[in-house]
Amino acid sequence: MTSLVPKEQSSESKNDLSTEEHEDFRLFGLIAFLIADGMTFAGFFAAYLTFKAVNPIGPDAIYELELPLPTLNTILLLVSSFTFHRAGKFLEKNESKQCQKWLLITGVLGVAFLISQMFEYFTLPFGLTDNLFASTFYALTGFHGLHVTLGSLMIMIIWWQTRVPSGRVNNQNKFPFEAVELYWHFVDGIWVILFIILYLL
Amino acid sequence: MTISLKPNNSSPEKLQPTGWLKYLSFSLDHKVIGLQYLVCGFLFYLIGGSLAGAIRVELISPLSDFMPREVYNQVLTLHGTIMIFLWIVPVVNGAFGNYLIPFYVGARDMAFPRLNAVAFWLIPPSGLMLITSYFINGAAQSGWTAYPPLSITTPAAGQIIWILSVLLLGGSSIFGGINFIATILKLRRPDLKLMQLPMYCWAMLGTSILVVLSTPVLAGTLILLSFDIVAHTGFFNPSLGGNVIVYQHLFWFYSHPAVYIMVLPAFGLVSEILPIHSRKPLFGYTTMVFSIMGIVVLGLIVWAHHMFTSGTPPWMRLFFTIATAFIAVPTGIKFFNWVATLWGGKISLNAAMLFSCGFIINFVLGGITGVALAQVPFDVHVHDTYFVVAHFHYIVYGGSVFVIFSSIYHWFPKFTGKMLNENLGRFHFIITFIGFNLCFAPQHWLGLNGMPRRVAEYDPQFQLINQISSVGALLMALSTLPFLWNILQSILYGEEAGDNPWNALTPEWLTSSPPPVENWDGEAPLVLEPYGYGKKDSNETQEAIR
Repeated sequence: MTSLVPKEQSSESKNDLSTEEHEDFRLFGLIAFLIADGMTFAGFFAAYLTFKAVNPIGPDAIYELELPLPTLNTILLLVSSFTFHRAGKFLEKNESKQCQKWLLITGVLGVAFLISQMFEYFTLPFGLTDNLFASTFYALTGFHGLHVTLGSLMIMIIWWQTRVPSGRVNNQNKFPFEAVELYWHFVDGIWVILFIILYLL
Repeated sequence: MTISLKPNNSSPEKLQPTGWLKYLSFSLDHKVIGLQYLVCGFLFYLIGGSLAGAIRVELISPLSDFMPREVYNQVLTLHGTIMIFLWIVPVVNGAFGNYLIPFYVGARDMAFPRLNAVAFWLIPPSGLMLITSYFINGAAQSGWTAYPPLSITTPAAGQIIWILSVLLLGGSSIFGGINFIATILKLRRPDLKLMQLPMYCWAMLGTSILVVLSTPVLAGTLILLSFDIVAHTGFFNPSLGGNVIVYQHLFWFYSHPAVYIMVLPAFGLVSEILPIHSRKPLFGYTTMVFSIMGIVVLGLIVWAHHMFTSGTPPWMRLFFTIATAFIAVPTGIKFFNWVATLWGGKISLNAAMLFSCGFIINFVLGGITGVALAQVPFDVHVHDTYFVVAHFHYIVYGGSVFVIFSSIYHWFPKFTGKMLNENLGRFHFIITFIGFNLCFAPQHWLGLNGMPRRVAEYDPQFQLINQISSVGALLMALSTLPFLWNILQSILYGEEAGDNPWNALTPEWLTSSPPPVENWDGEAPLVLEPYGYGKKDSNETQEAIR
């Protein structure tokens, strides 16, 4: 989507000295931010793995995590990544009805993930302050859940903005869409790592 | 798709205040933001310096008679936090980076002007919040490291405000880092190659990579710490099964790179200043670039040398000792390059040059003690003593702050269009240099003889040395006066600087002083050889500049 400035356009803007045209690298900035965000998660994962390695908690305090619900969550998020990508395809073709439909599905999947996560929280046999494992579990999944919440909100905003004729996001102005999509894939990827480290290892 | 550099610039921008009021506004101009960082940072430096003065007054006598112990703890915590997060990091990165980087890459502003303004305006509120915590319920008492369990057991309100403040400052730092990376890599004019950039760009690129990779880890750690304080979880609380060592690992994963975040930009600034005032090309440009990147990589894998007394296993001690010793290689390369740049040059001993030379001397001393501290047997002996205090201040004051002063003397004509008084500047340098060495050199002796740091009371045998150190601190405090007087005089009555008083070749000097809003009135000049001093063909360029 990034392209060099067309010749005429840049010479035109020289009349007005207060603006300078250049490529759009907001996505580049977002990638840098997501790397930073990923490092936050990396810190959490490192803390969790170290706790697990050097701070063994008593045998009576070890909880077996139930797998079905988080597996369902993983599937929900993976499918939502796919549906978001699908919506992007339709945005490209300027078929906003289809695009909106797939965005809505994505948003619903995100909310479904949150509800399912919440359900898991309520059924777990431990609370935030019970022991080190419990605290780390809630911190990790909670921090990720915060990301999903923000992502779902942004998907809703994008969904509203892609409506025709008055929406601001279309195949001419795709940055908001692409930014949220990139963010959503990132949150998705983090979940997969989290699922492996927290539930499977 | 293209976007304009400053969206919606045409109308709202004209409503922005002009004159000095623009420095109090949400300006999008990188030069205004740079000076905002500089002045704001300097105000915090005065506050942090006063706190340092209070510490030195307390340490004149062995008993805690000047202030209660709790207040002493708060003062030293605030001193460390303010000096690191509100003075050195914002000034060497934010101030000079914002002012200079767009010039160096041939751009008219930073890549994300709005993000830039947001990053700056996060700083004053968080700084004020940090300072007011002292008056509300007592500030944090656990030092700038905030090690648990100390930070969990001391009064919670001050500690939580400290955490919030550092989180905001970390966010500001990350936004700034993203902006610098995008500006250097993406906004650079296409006909300018990376290896043709002034060295400060490389220093800022390396620093920003460190900022983006390490600051978030500190943020995450502090969030966990705040959970421990507020929600009584047990991440770092041993009585609840937690692990304090994990905090130390995560903290130093940020805070060791933080030393490079404070000193790498200073390296870059010195590399700009030395060639201009010795009329010689920067020696060993390529090795300089590789040593910066070497420091970036090594800087990320040496953090545990702060933890040799924390029960680290032998393999870890071995690894981190070797990795730390390796950092001396790229740093040494840079040191020899600076000396070689000066060698045989036509040196003008003005204030900027003197402060840069002072930096080289102090930094070598700090570097040598740094290599010594990386050795486990020695470190175990002097850990948490005044030896560490002396080493650290040789790096951050003798290193970074000397460079900040050098840079102010060097770029003040560009900032304001007025020259500073060189004699007052030399006087400032002499007092600062003597005061600094008098203050911190004796502390090596104190540390080797076992005086612990961060304690208000000490054994009477250390009194004389402490008093000498306090005299040095007094000189350092006094040295601020000729500096401030110089600035004030120059702004009011200073002689006109002209566009390029130093006959420099770097792009920021190839425009008027102070520069126009969009940096150059016409086409931006293309500088392919920023250090082409003393060469045959570049003499013509210099003639052309005059």
